Amino acid sequence: MLENIKTFASTFFVTGDPMIYGADVSIVLVSLAALFVLTYFKKWGYVWREWITTVDHKKIGTMYFTAALLMLFRGGVDALLMRVQLAAPDMKLLHSEHYNEIFTTHGTIMILFMAMPFMFALFNWVVPLQIGARDVAFPFLNSVSFWLFFFGAMLFNLSFVIGGSPDAGWLSYPPLSENAFSHGPGQNFYIWGVQISGIGSLATGINFLVTILKMRAPGMKLMKMPMFTWSVLAACIIIIFAFPVLTISLALLFMDRFFGAHFFTIDGGGNPMMYVNLIWMWGHPEVYIVVLPAFGILSEVVSTFSKKSIFGYKSMVFAMMVISVVSYFTWVHHFFTMGAGADVNTFFAISTMAIAIPTGVKVFNWLFTMFRGRIEVSQPMLWVMGFIPCFVVGGATGVMLAVAPADYQYHNSYFLVAHFHQTLIGGVVFPYLAGLYYWWPKIFGFKLNDRLGKWAFWLWNIGFYVCFMPQYALGFMGMTRRLYTYGWDMGWAPLNMVSTVGAFLMGVGFLFQGWQIIHGILYAERSNATDSWGTGRSLEWSIPSPPPVYNFAVVPQVKGFDDWYLTKEEMKKPGYKAEKPQLESIHMPKNSGIPFVMGACWFLAGFGLTMETAFSWMIVPGVIGLIGVGLCMFARSFSYDTDYYIPVDEVKRTEASLGRVV
Amino acid sequence: MSKQKLLRRSGFFIMAALAMVLLSGCEQYIVLDPKGPVAEVEYRMIVISTILCAIVVIPVLAIFAYVVYRFRDKPGNNAPYAPHWDDNKVLEIIWWGVPIVIIGILGYFTARDTFALANPPKTEEPPMVIQATSMDWKWVFHYPGQDIATVNEVHMPVGKRVEFQVTADNAPMNSFWVPQLAGQTYTMPGMAMKLGIQANHAGEYFGSGANFTGAGFAHMQFKVIAEDQAKFDQWAANVKHTAPAMTRADYDKLVTTKGLADKKEYSSYPKGIFEERVMENGGDNHTGHFEHKEATKGEKSQESTNK
Repeated sequence: MLENIKTFASTFFVTGDPMIYGADVSIVLVSLAALFVLTYFKKWGYVWREWITTVDHKKIGTMYFTAALLMLFRGGVDALLMRVQLAAPDMKLLHSEHYNEIFTTHGTIMILFMAMPFMFALFNWVVPLQIGARDVAFPFLNSVSFWLFFFGAMLFNLSFVIGGSPDAGWLSYPPLSENAFSHGPGQNFYIWGVQISGIGSLATGINFLVTILKMRAPGMKLMKMPMFTWSVLAACIIIIFAFPVLTISLALLFMDRFFGAHFFTIDGGGNPMMYVNLIWMWGHPEVYIVVLPAFGILSEVVSTFSKKSIFGYKSMVFAMMVISVVSYFTWVHHFFTMGAGADVNTFFAISTMAIAIPTGVKVFNWLFTMFRGRIEVSQPMLWVMGFIPCFVVGGATGVMLAVAPADYQYHNSYFLVAHFHQTLIGGVVFPYLAGLYYWWPKIFGFKLNDRLGKWAFWLWNIGFYVCFMPQYALGFMGMTRRLYTYGWDMGWAPLNMVSTVGAFLMGVGFLFQGWQIIHGILYAERSNATDSWGTGRSLEWSIPSPPPVYNFAVVPQVKGFDDWYLTKEEMKKPGYKAEKPQLESIHMPKNSGIPFVMGACWFLAGFGLTMETAFSWMIVPGVIGLIGVGLCMFARSFSYDTDYYIPVDEVKRTEASLGRVV
Repeated sequence: MSKQKLLRRSGFFIMAALAMVLLSGCEQYIVLDPKGPVAEVEYRMIVISTILCAIVVIPVLAIFAYVVYRFRDKPGNNAPYAPHWDDNKVLEIIWWGVPIVIIGILGYFTARDTFALANPPKTEEPPMVIQATSMDWKWVFHYPGQDIATVNEVHMPVGKRVEFQVTADNAPMNSFWVPQLAGQTYTMPGMAMKLGIQANHAGEYFGSGANFTGAGFAHMQFKVIAEDQAKFDQWAANVKHTAPAMTRADYDKLVTTKGLADKKEYSSYPKGIFEERVMENGGDNHTGHFEHKEATKGEKSQESTNK
């Protein structure tokens, strides 16, 4: 009996590595501490009522953000482990398989469980406020999306201590990701973790597309929408077309692994190229999904802190729409060297380069928004100024990579690694951080400490160049990516050491940001001021910070682009008299526990089907989970009491408590 | 020490350190040091694209620095302030137009060289053929013309176009990369892809598997030894006489043992094993990929796989 348990435990849990045991201990300790704190302070009810069952887009945004931050930490620790392993030749910190697991989880986590939720946090925090809406179009679905993302991410992270992590790269190319070469549950964790959260992302895309198209305040025509909302619209269009492709490719891969199908195994008549095509048909548009909202953020921040309206509004919108279409004609550049013909390679080389044109236009428009402005170097603006040189150089190396004959040399080398980190850190993380600092006072009612923020900024930025510039050179020296070790004879050692130092600088920058948030929660001065920066231009700056649950006491009548700026101009005119608002009771959605339960059921289903590879009886919880998902849908379709009205008196009281006269 | 002096001095040390890092061993930048016509084409494209990108990047960075400096919000800044100036058709036409022209030029060069590399000039003499197979985690090379085989090291004559046919056997896809000679191409189970390589200078070149294939991937490096035709023939003859023959069992052992292998030479190998393995890995489903129009004369076994 004892023997049986022992064998079970040694297959079930990941064993044999002291670092994993350390992780086990810390996971148990943190969980216990959380349980203790919640019980001791009697916070279970609060957490359930205010957070787990919430359908308020602002709170969902906050939960997305918290999850993204935790994932940034985990992905960052992965990165540092890799950089330490590569700092010098013949390092013995990580053995090969462990290293492979780490780079796989690093890539997957950073894109899918860090960048995506960070983006969704900003969607949720900002979009309804910018368009003068009281919630998103489908608040219940919004909550479902969050819990699917959350449980997908949890499932993926669990692989770290249970069953074993995936190790076939962040896009899991077959045949390496097929049973023949990746036996064991690791790859299934990838499939189910990404699948579950991917379904959530698709739902978010639909939700925000409908929100933007249908819920804008009266008077806000499409061409009067704020730039960030435009960028979200562009990103949502891509999400709606791209994520179904991901769902299908993962489903087919799962069928190969689970039922012994041969979609992607060449020996049964399938074709791995099919998977590579499919995954990049999602994967390349995916990078534009995360980068387009970044462009929106930059437009908002540049305009606000240059105290000037955005330059070339129409061509900014046009450029984003062009990017969202052309993003579908670039995927083959990921496999120029897989033997496609010259005609195919030429087409995709040129269509990839073409993306640089609208992107370049946007950079010029930002520069000319600053031109003849008054640039206030606040924290958000600082990150924009870090973004511009970084992204311009990253974009240029992207064009260089698009040149097919040159790509025969760059492909799979460290040049590539440097390029995509430059565009994804410089072009996504920096702008998202700009957005975070920019909208933080709106959501939380206080600003983050300036001094700590500057330290974080400079550490991130200097660290970035120290880390990634040497990697371009390493690419020219013939270093391929995903190597876990190399010899002294290659001459790669000094640059790798420099790169590792840079990675640690960025890590310290991140710690400063964690400190900054804690410092803000504890000490920052609270303010209900509507226009936190004093130079806000769009509608979100016309309501109190943090906004009340219903956002707008009265839905605004929009006059034009930069509506809040227009209102402020109006207010400056002599004889201005604010109209007395007509309050009405406000229609709001009710909280619901179903999304959380549904997410948990998906988790159970995913976990069961994943571990079935190791223990056939795990199919039982898998099936139970799927039944649970069905029951949740059933329960929801029979819930009729899903909304309520906030009476006028309560709106009055809330507004008065926020210092507003109504 | 005054502050300025300190700044200047630390600036010098930073520059010196940078120069040391960047210049130490220029010969190590193998991608930028092509030794054959194919790699030279690729190198030229790297240079052309860098210059064309620099035409945009450098002015943008300069404008950025100027704008940030000139329009800072500080007291006494007398730069013009035009909060409503947000539209200028001429400027917009310029920055839509210039990148389109640049991408047009770059696109022309890209198309030209992509087609050039895919359709090499026909030579009177058919190219020599070497077949490279990636396995977990080793490289096996067959020389059909010489009827010899090597593991983890390949010899080729200088100044002669060699057609590498690459595939993967019982292993995930990998990528065959020799930076100084020809860039890379993927090796796929069940397909044989071609990569033309020519070395114009004798020497030892670094080659590696570039696409991740699992635990032993980091060690999948090999040496390419380019030498005069005479020397190459001598080496081949030597292998033919002194090395052991590769039996089917030897080959199977290489294929089925997951692990690294030492350098090795074989005086012969089972006839047609390369083509046979392409088929066994699923090649019959993908015959279209295994074309062999330029098969060397007298190598019947290869042509048969085409049917």
